[in-house]
Amino acid sequence: MQAFWRDTVEFLPILMSGVALTVIVTIGSLLLSTALGLIWALMRVSGIGVLTGFSAGLINVIRGIPIIVLLFYLYFVMPEFGLTLSALQAAILGLGIAYSAYQAENFRAGIEAIDKGQIEAAQAIGMGWWQTMRRVVLPQAVKIVLPPYGNIMIMMLKDSSQASTITVAELALQGKLIASSTFKNTSVFTLVALMYLTMSIPLILLVRHFEKRAGQK
Amino acid sequence: MIKLSNVHKSFGKVEVLKGITASVEKGEVVCIIGPSGSGKSTILRCINGLESYDSGDISVEGARVDRNAPSIVSVRTQVSMVFQRFNLFPHRTALENVIEGPIYVKKEPRAEALERGRALLARVGLAEKADVHPPQLSGGQQQRVAIARALAMQPKAILFDEPTSALDPELVGDVLGVMRKLADDGMTMVVVTHEMAFAKDVADRVLFIDGGVIVEQGPAKTVLNQPQHARTQDFLRRVLHPL
Repeated sequence: MQAFWRDTVEFLPILMSGVALTVIVTIGSLLLSTALGLIWALMRVSGIGVLTGFSAGLINVIRGIPIIVLLFYLYFVMPEFGLTLSALQAAILGLGIAYSAYQAENFRAGIEAIDKGQIEAAQAIGMGWWQTMRRVVLPQAVKIVLPPYGNIMIMMLKDSSQASTITVAELALQGKLIASSTFKNTSVFTLVALMYLTMSIPLILLVRHFEKRAGQK
Repeated sequence: MIKLSNVHKSFGKVEVLKGITASVEKGEVVCIIGPSGSGKSTILRCINGLESYDSGDISVEGARVDRNAPSIVSVRTQVSMVFQRFNLFPHRTALENVIEGPIYVKKEPRAEALERGRALLARVGLAEKADVHPPQLSGGQQQRVAIARALAMQPKAILFDEPTSALDPELVGDVLGVMRKLADDGMTMVVVTHEMAFAKDVADRVLFIDGGVIVEQGPAKTVLNQPQHARTQDFLRRVLHPL
């Protein structure tokens, strides 16, 4: 146990620099996946054949490709087409695109859960499609969407470790580097696991809060 | 003011409107009665473009109703709708429900809309409920807020789609009272209803619809007291004397 504390004091600063990158990757890809997911979902429910079809197809393609392959593609293949991204950019873009599919399905479920009468009432006072979405449907869908959204946040935090495969020195990669140079696998990976858990706990509590609030309505 | 001529409408293979021709004059109260599934609600929904129709013609103040044309917005601001299930926006207060259309569709100044919104809530007897959210209101109160929301658009006519069917019997009177006042004030109204007493008292004309066609129409008292058609007689007997 004493050895563990000693290792903790020694390795924590290096791991903390990994935590910083983990947070950046998670927040960056969360924002991107939310924006893209909302666009795919709105296209999906637009009632316009081309947009609906495009969105449904795109979501299936994204869902069918492993995140790690998407990251390799962005980081190693895109330069051949003249698009060179830094590892961090590729990580945020890749995770953002990968998760946009799940975000989109979540948003769509939330939008479709809103009573059709609400949409008719909005139309009956002369609102157009976009205004109906913005003023009537989306504000009500948010409550339904939030609990699963919180779960997606937790999954993203953990999946940000996949960025290590394209050299982003986030928490998992920092841990692996320390472990392979010191052979203190137990201490290092226990620490890494604890740090992921520590970051997840606030999110888990947030999800519980969302669920409680959604249950009240 | 509202004209329907030879309107046909099918849902899939089922033809629900089989050539409806009718008109509603300014200031007139027209009640549409008839059995469930006869196409009553569909007529209302076609008038303000919530449903499309397959053939024939519907016009409001001379403008053709086409739910896919941009002109539908102007039709809907002229002809408001009150729904069976109220369809108030649950995330907004009673007052916010009422001012939503004036502010965001008609682009009225907020202060003006608020003032009129409060006056309208007072008119339907709910001045003190302005800041309450719909789920905290009774069905009758919700429906009166919905009527205030319809009035806030300053419409030339209001369509009521079975406005009291979802209410507890003891709350029906409040809503019908508000509607009667509107009729007295000269509002043009088309009301799909099962409230025969209301139809008899308030309506100028009654249309009896069955199987997608107008079976009988005429002055309210004539149709309801001396129905000519056997189908109307049968329907009224069942509604007025269910036992």
